[in-house]
Amino acid sequence: MRDKFWILGGLLLFVGVATLPTWRDWETHANTRPPALVLPAHAKQCVAPLDFMRGSHMQLLLDWRQSAVRENNPTYVAYDGKTYPKSLTKTCLSCHDKREFCDRCHDYVGARTPYCWNCHVDPALGKGAAR
Amino acid sequence: MKALVPLAAILGVAGLAYAGGLLPGTRALLGVVLPYAAMGIFLIGFSFRVVRWAWSALPFHIPTTCGQQKSLGWIRSNPIENPNHKAGVAARMALEILLFRSLFRNSQARLEEEGPRLLYAENKWLWLGALAFHWSLLVVLVRHLRYFLSPVPAFLPALDAVDGFLQIGAPQLFVTDAVIVAALLYLLARRFANGRVRYLSLPGDFFALFLLLGIAITGILMRYFTKVDLEGIKQLALGLVTFSPLVPASVGPLFFVHLTFASLLLAYFPFSKLMHMGGIFLSPTRNLANDSRARRHVNPWDYPVKVHTYQEWEEEFHDKIASAGLPLEKERTRA
Repeated sequence: MRDKFWILGGLLLFVGVATLPTWRDWETHANTRPPALVLPAHAKQCVAPLDFMRGSHMQLLLDWRQSAVRENNPTYVAYDGKTYPKSLTKTCLSCHDKREFCDRCHDYVGARTPYCWNCHVDPALGKGAAR
Repeated sequence: MKALVPLAAILGVAGLAYAGGLLPGTRALLGVVLPYAAMGIFLIGFSFRVVRWAWSALPFHIPTTCGQQKSLGWIRSNPIENPNHKAGVAARMALEILLFRSLFRNSQARLEEEGPRLLYAENKWLWLGALAFHWSLLVVLVRHLRYFLSPVPAFLPALDAVDGFLQIGAPQLFVTDAVIVAALLYLLARRFANGRVRYLSLPGDFFALFLLLGIAITGILMRYFTKVDLEGIKQLALGLVTFSPLVPASVGPLFFVHLTFASLLLAYFPFSKLMHMGGIFLSPTRNLANDSRARRHVNPWDYPVKVHTYQEWEEEFHDKIASAGLPLEKERTRA
């Protein structure tokens, strides 16, 4: 009889752990909707189509670093023929804001803040600090 | 044949799920109905089996041990391999569950040609493969919590950082992704390479391995190669656990293969040998203290049995035994 107490207690604990996300989300009133991102006002087109950027922007940045820093090839020719400097700060961050754009999605899906920001700074942040 | 049928089944499921992920009509079925049904079967089935184990009879005290039992004070006993107390049992169970102690003791018999001699040698590979697989699976499962929780707790990005400490590629290579596939391939190869293990293997053994490999491979494909819309997947996962399901249009067919495999694993779990997850806690040969010489264990399922003792028998035939000149217990004890 005492065994049954432990076994059922353990089973209850297991079911609790297995359904943990439901309890946690219920407690935090989790918002299932993704963040509404503010798109840049002065640019209509990114360096690649939306579908590609969504899934592969990290790969693009890594390729840029490789070819710009290590292969001395600093200009990116986009799919529509436009050219951009291969630079996180000069290209990406000239339109996008780290906190308003990168971080919000990264936080939503729980993608870790990558080590880009160990060296790069958000220019918008720098302006605020200078004042 | 024992491996081909499960492999064909897994590939068939993959094909159906991929096709279902392309057709608008079946996306809700695969993305909403199937996960809920699978989780229901898993929770109810798992509970049912554990409750049935809890109610089954355990008439005898049957720990199996491999160390010196506690006896006289001057004989050194082994309190973990041969526990005589609850604390020892807890330590033994922890070693078994967390470190697979009994697999570490695995030895393999081999017939040596010259002689012929039967040799027993240590074989730690099974232990290493099993340990690598199970711990990787745990880390992978915990990492997946980031799709189900909002806001994401801080320890999950920290875990990702540790798991991705090699900093290879973008998104970063997770060590557990590589380890789990390597371990599963070893566990699979072992069932083919060793003749005796191959003979012992059942279709269910291969099915579980192929299914887990399928889950790992589709996950790896999505993360490192084909790329997916994480935002949509997070919406789908969050919707499932908060009971407001939706299937975003941006979620591709490969994700449905992954999700269908995971649902299949959950639904298959209670009917399979995978129940060792719960069963290991309920193994009477492991979770009992070896104290049957110190304490009397009475079988609680005993019922009164009508017995005829020797004393009663002697009483009954006393005269006949005495006249035949045979010794009588009664008189011997009196003398």
